[in-house]
Amino acid sequence: MELLTDSFLSAILLIFSLDPEVLSIVCVSLKVSGISTLFASLMGLPLGFLIAYASFKGKRILIICLNTMLSLPTVVIGLFVYSFISRRSILGSLDLLYTQKAIVIGQIILVLPIVATLTIAAISRIDERYRKTAMTLGANRRQTACVIFREARFGIVAAVIAAFGRVIAEVGISMMLGGNARGFTRTMTTAMALEYDKGEFILAVALGIILLVLSFSINLIFHFFQGRTGT
Amino acid sequence: MKKRNLILKVIPPLIAILLIYGVAPGEDKIIKMATTTSTQASGLLDVLLPELEKDTGIRVKVFAKGTGAAIQDGIDGNVDVIFVHAKEREEKFIKEGYGTKRYAVMYNDFVILGPSDDPAGIRGQSNAAAALAGIAKAEALFISRGDDSGTQTKEQALWQTTGVPLEVRKTEILKKGKKAEICFAFPENSMAWYISIGQGMGKTIMYADEKHAYTLSDRGTYIKYKYGRKESIDLEIMCEGDSFLNNPYGVIPVNSARHPHVKHELAEKFASWLISPKAQFLITNYRLMGNQLFYPWNF
Repeated sequence: MELLTDSFLSAILLIFSLDPEVLSIVCVSLKVSGISTLFASLMGLPLGFLIAYASFKGKRILIICLNTMLSLPTVVIGLFVYSFISRRSILGSLDLLYTQKAIVIGQIILVLPIVATLTIAAISRIDERYRKTAMTLGANRRQTACVIFREARFGIVAAVIAAFGRVIAEVGISMMLGGNARGFTRTMTTAMALEYDKGEFILAVALGIILLVLSFSINLIFHFFQGRTGT
Repeated sequence: MKKRNLILKVIPPLIAILLIYGVAPGEDKIIKMATTTSTQASGLLDVLLPELEKDTGIRVKVFAKGTGAAIQDGIDGNVDVIFVHAKEREEKFIKEGYGTKRYAVMYNDFVILGPSDDPAGIRGQSNAAAALAGIAKAEALFISRGDDSGTQTKEQALWQTTGVPLEVRKTEILKKGKKAEICFAFPENSMAWYISIGQGMGKTIMYADEKHAYTLSDRGTYIKYKYGRKESIDLEIMCEGDSFLNNPYGVIPVNSARHPHVKHELAEKFASWLISPKAQFLITNYRLMGNQLFYPWNF
């Protein structure tokens, strides 16, 4: 119990003292996760939309493959990306390893399937009649797509939330590709792993509490976008 | 229904057998040891522990961490014995009553590594402090363990002797209701070239190799990464031989007066075995690609 109360009080102390170290860690975390989620959404939402509406051979197989990719371990993604950007491999000259860009690349691979599959699920649930009505009312393809997106927004925002939650909580990719460099690629999760390794459990748990508080506030914002449907 | 009965009859004894065999064998002869990444990564333990089992029947479960975390494990009573390399902190550990006695087992030394093109021009420098000062002056990339390990402790002590102005970063947390500080010193205005990554020795060497940077390493891990792997690294030794770079290893059984559940007797036996002529001989003869990694203390 002492560990928890100490950690909780330390978390409050850290937040209110605006500790520069902690601030930098939080900023790196938010920046990297935000960019990853943004890119993954920009790619994953249209992809999910296309897969949900297009009919082509092998669609089921593609969906099964996407679902399988949901269980890709972060270590595998880390190794995969590492083998491309390490100094001795093909993209080595770009000097990407141990940068925030490297983390973003790995995290996009991690959450793209999440965004895509959840979008497929959200859109498939929309009644076919919406599309037909929109089209009979004279909407062109783009306008029809907008109508469907609007109707499915609860599920689509949920997909983005799930993606953001996954990247901000992820530690494997950030550690392997970011390298946990203080002030550059140290994120909240890698900082926690480090404090645990050092035996500073209180600081580790305090950082965990800060992460949860942040996630809560961000989800509040998302909730606003999600609208009142389904609540 | 019959089938079900059969299952009911067979499964409980099976579980019982599994439990007995899973837990029982030699449970009383197993001790837990927290040690540093360098002893584990060097491969020395893979030679010592099987011999230990042959001689004494003791089996050791190894948890490799940074020295700070290993000592913390000892303080918390999570392990029966610690095997680390940060002499001052080991002595403090005993003084505070967490350990019973420090057995000096062996030593090796630290080396300052750097990329072969040596941008700071410190190759062959025999004074470690001067070498570090050279890196700081050239503002050449330097990778620090930053994980509260023995190597990190040594690095911090080295920076103190260079005369390079240091910046101390403190983080306040609460420990047992009281305010406590976690300190961390590093060269002033070094954001661009001093990178603290908070990872083990092997990872740090890989990182420095990737980034063409300098770093401080124990010789054992360096040799392992330079010669012990299919894919070698470019880093070379830039500075060695300074007496300040000595790196003694000690083993300390955890005090059973503090933590009654620890297997103090077995831990004591393990520690005395490590300084026995046989173990010391094994340590002396341990070679990695023809290089001696550790020197015995008691030989």
